[in-house]
Amino acid sequence: MNAPIMTINNLKMYFPVQKSKGKPVYVKAVDGVDLTIYKGEIMGLVGESGSGKSTLAYTVMGMYKPTGGQIIFQGRDISMSSDKRPLSLKKDLQIVFQDPGSSLNPSHNIRQILELPLRVHKIVKREEMERKITQILQMVELSPNYMYKSPASMGGGERQMVSIARALATDPTFIILDEPTSALDVSIQAKIINMLLKLQQEKQLTYLFITHDLSLMRNIATRVAIMYLGKICEMADTVEFFRNPLHPYTRMLLSSIPVVSEEEEALKPKKVISTGEIPSPVNVPPGCSFHLRCPEKTELCFREDPVMLEVSPGHLVRCHAYQKTAGVNVA
Amino acid sequence: MSNPVLEIKNLHVWYRTYGGYSRVLDGVNLHVYKGEKVGLVGEAGCGKTTTMRSVLRILPEGQAHIPEGQILYHGNDILKMKPRELQQVRTRGISMIFQEPAAALNPVFTVGTQMFDVIKYSGLSKEESRKDNIKRLAIQAIKEVYIPDPERILNCYPNQLSGGMKQRICIAMAIVTARELLIADEPGTSLDVTIQDQVHRLLRGLVEKKEMSLIMITHSLGVARELTDRIYVMYAGNIVEVARTSDLFANPLHPYTLGLLSSVPKLTGGGVAEGIYGRIPDYLRPPGGCRFHPRCPRAVQRCREEKPLLRDLGDGHQVACFQV
Repeated sequence: MNAPIMTINNLKMYFPVQKSKGKPVYVKAVDGVDLTIYKGEIMGLVGESGSGKSTLAYTVMGMYKPTGGQIIFQGRDISMSSDKRPLSLKKDLQIVFQDPGSSLNPSHNIRQILELPLRVHKIVKREEMERKITQILQMVELSPNYMYKSPASMGGGERQMVSIARALATDPTFIILDEPTSALDVSIQAKIINMLLKLQQEKQLTYLFITHDLSLMRNIATRVAIMYLGKICEMADTVEFFRNPLHPYTRMLLSSIPVVSEEEEALKPKKVISTGEIPSPVNVPPGCSFHLRCPEKTELCFREDPVMLEVSPGHLVRCHAYQKTAGVNVA
Repeated sequence: MSNPVLEIKNLHVWYRTYGGYSRVLDGVNLHVYKGEKVGLVGEAGCGKTTTMRSVLRILPEGQAHIPEGQILYHGNDILKMKPRELQQVRTRGISMIFQEPAAALNPVFTVGTQMFDVIKYSGLSKEESRKDNIKRLAIQAIKEVYIPDPERILNCYPNQLSGGMKQRICIAMAIVTARELLIADEPGTSLDVTIQDQVHRLLRGLVEKKEMSLIMITHSLGVARELTDRIYVMYAGNIVEVARTSDLFANPLHPYTLGLLSSVPKLTGGGVAEGIYGRIPDYLRPPGGCRFHPRCPRAVQRCREEKPLLRDLGDGHQVACFQV
């Protein structure tokens, strides 16, 4: 396997919400995440809304200063907020947001939008700006006459192409994709995904792909991690992950996916019926945070939070059910 | 078979804009029988919601214009109804669940107030619309959508409930008094996949228990496959394919249906397909002939000149395409 490009150690991101009896109360959006991302892979980070997957991305981008833990990117510690990071580092780390309608400035045209990163990072001289922008637009298969269009006059798919072009403008090595296609129709999603895959091949990029769509991850990710209430509960190589899902939450997610063919139906875990909702991250239940919804909970789950365990090489799961069997194996 | 509960015949809807008339619906035909669950599938902007809004006549007044078409509810044309008759249809006949539960509920009234209003104006007799009876009905409806502690929920404001709970309240409001037809406009789209699954199971269970008919609007073929008996595939204001759900997935025929199906990422893996070339047309100047022809891989000269009509290929499987 390739060398790690980013290592996240016990990352914590708490937000204060209100004070109760003089003590501040926190939303534990990200609560102790360990994640290693290798060069050239597509890491799929999957979770429901409120699981903290976007907060994780924003913390990596430096939009927040982490409450605790460490982020190491290309051998350098970047656990500080964005304004303290060196410019050269920001150039290597880019993000594409979920909603292209609100992440592109509506009063700028496409040229102005793409010009900004080029100017900030002093990538080309003023005279060459136009040629460079044409080149960037070509990378995402948009014709140069898009340069003077405004975001409002474009379709959702094309807008997202511009967002991707903006992220590519600084020639980064690592791109975070925060649900880049969830606001789009499937036929457009397919186009964007194919383009992202092509760019990843051509430019040797590493992606952290955040989504709630497991079927999409099945097709493009090299590894998948599932997040629930600020913690990762299962992580494995994609093939192993879908062949042998272990965590009860993963099985619940898989069984909830609406599919379009019989073959897919056969792959879904049977007899797992989804119940309950994700609890508020302000009052995380004691013990395992999933025990309220878990069909296989035991008395131990109410008391103790399980730790991450490697059940087979590269397949990690955080559940008491596997802790016990592993303990027996060791004995 | 008996007469359909709802029958839409050759419906055209135009919107007035600064640039002229935006011709969104271009001859939609659709029918639903009693107890049937029908899916209306298509991408964003293809006219699914416009079709269903015209059924309840809640299109934006002054902007929407219906040049042609009939919407028959038990044989009576909804488009020609007087306000009184229309009120009857809305209170007793057809109810609708909207896509965004947060926007469908009024944030300044409690859930209870809003539910009591729905019941009060649903045409109950004087005896039935006593206060204690209304409250009993509301509590029963909340119980039916599996929300614990209904008494407390009635005193809650919508912002105190989660997205899944709000959508369940919307479902409870739609089924609280007996209706014949329920129109659900993407009820799970704004929810997480596990919650969406719960809402869909709940909806199917209730529709079957109460012997209602259901029209399910969705952009997801997977959702339609799990919930419906028959599917209408819609593209740019036209119905392009109609079939029983099992037939449609076993034997999809229209090029658009095929493109849509191949674009869905599969759990079995195998990569992502190319998608469909281009995008939905500009309704101010829709393409002539078949509206799908600029994006269609199989388009020929005839498709540019003539509009294909739905043809029956046996067993109720209908396709609007010259090439099939």
